[in-house]
Amino acid sequence: MSEADSKVDSVPFADNSDTGDDGFSRRDVLTGAVTVGVGLAIAPLLTGCAHDRAADAATPALAPARSDGTVRFTLKVNGQSHDVALEPRVTLLDALRENLGMYGSKKGCDHGQCGACTVLVNGRRVNSCLTLAIAVAGKPVTTIEGLADGDTLHPVQAAFIEHDAFQCGYCTPGQICSAVGLLKEGRAKTDDDIRENMSGNLCRCGAYPNIVKAVKQAMKA
Amino acid sequence: MQPFTYVSITNQGQAIQSMAGNDTAKFLAGGTNLIDEMKLGVERSAELIDINALPLTKIEKSPDGGLRIGALVRNSDLAWNDAVRRKYPVLSQALLSGASPQLRNMATTGGNLLQRTRCYYFRDVHSPCNKREPGSGCAAIDGFNRIHAVLGTSEKCIATHPSDMCVALMALDATIRVAGPNGDRSIPISEFYVAYGEDPAKENTLAHDELITAVDLPAIEYSKRSLYLKIRDRASYEFALASAAVVLDLDGKNIRAARIALGGVGTKPWRSPEAETALAGKPATNETFTAAADAALRNAKPRKFNAFKIELAKRTIVQALQAVVALA
Repeated sequence: MSEADSKVDSVPFADNSDTGDDGFSRRDVLTGAVTVGVGLAIAPLLTGCAHDRAADAATPALAPARSDGTVRFTLKVNGQSHDVALEPRVTLLDALRENLGMYGSKKGCDHGQCGACTVLVNGRRVNSCLTLAIAVAGKPVTTIEGLADGDTLHPVQAAFIEHDAFQCGYCTPGQICSAVGLLKEGRAKTDDDIRENMSGNLCRCGAYPNIVKAVKQAMKA
Repeated sequence: MQPFTYVSITNQGQAIQSMAGNDTAKFLAGGTNLIDEMKLGVERSAELIDINALPLTKIEKSPDGGLRIGALVRNSDLAWNDAVRRKYPVLSQALLSGASPQLRNMATTGGNLLQRTRCYYFRDVHSPCNKREPGSGCAAIDGFNRIHAVLGTSEKCIATHPSDMCVALMALDATIRVAGPNGDRSIPISEFYVAYGEDPAKENTLAHDELITAVDLPAIEYSKRSLYLKIRDRASYEFALASAAVVLDLDGKNIRAARIALGGVGTKPWRSPEAETALAGKPATNETFTAAADAALRNAKPRKFNAFKIELAKRTIVQALQAVVALA
């Protein structure tokens, strides 16, 4: 495999979602909404830094609901603060995808049954589809986009590539975030433990054997 | 999901006050069940009162040697707590057999107590359901009822109680501590759940403006000899077809006392005094176990697709008893 090939392989994991080298994401091209798409992705970055909330993350003061039913609060995703104005019914998953332009976390079942939406909140893996965005205001959220350190993949990401631990890739961001949570919990020792502790992440392609291998390798790293 | 207002509350009294007289409000803890049901339209609350900031997250020793578990202790933290694993293995095992690691990181002790049924018809707003819409009928009784209950059913509802944790709590004689506008009270778990009779919408004896604050586990000298056995369609991440929580006081080869509770087969977490009576004072043999299992399911009422659960539950009890006797 040439150097160029391996670089392409790493793109879905190193970069924010599907963004290619030209700066346009596959999503933007598919929807024909390039300007809006880029605007959405950049807007939070511009406004985000201005308003970093104080340390009291557990009980953030929320502004009262506005006339359109939205509430202003701050989401802290991958170390970056984003001011948002959302209805309380918006889930963390929808906020990430529809408001912050982070398409890495996937919507599978939207009912906590598949794990494709798995992210880390306060360092613990949770289903973002059953988490209200407003309920995690100010709390540190880590998504698939926040795992790599610059161009250096997280060991779990690298292990998934090395072991070909996916086929279509739809469940992969959730699988990887879940595995990062599993490593942090530090309770899985055997292959059976890995299977049991990854059971909240379904893979319709059936990449399970390679997922177990990848997680096992990351455990040793 | 219909729109609702949201408030995060840091004071217990305030939380209870916000709920009083506010029929369309609900407390939000882990949200794993509530948000799911709000998306389905099964739950239609106009206001969510987020209680996650309340200081109910501790697991403490109680003076009598038992444990007090804060209502907001997450299922994963409870399952992996040292004291729980050492003294109440049945509870740790029950918790770890339920849901997924992600969901267990979210779900709380208090929320799990109030978990609602997975009956397909309850979860489908287009089906008649006496629990969701009193008086509309029951689509499960003559429908596809493979996952439904065989114990504690009525002609109005045969929905299975879905929790694993509660089955263990039932066997351990837990007490539910609640706070309300008129102060605190304690409810023995045996008086907490209501089997479905005339009103399947009523599942427990908690008042709308009462908040679960803790679950107390009594000191049980022999609770170390306990386990949870769960039988399901998949190896993991699935609700029980049948499960058994067993706690055994063993004197050599004889049973002094036993506590038996069943999951996956009842309209509430099902304690079986019949099985316990059949075990007390008897030798720990397969013959005794089988007699206890028969006693536990004697009043079971099968429907078209779930008759298999009666034999399955019996075998689950026998196998759980064999395993708990074999413990060191």
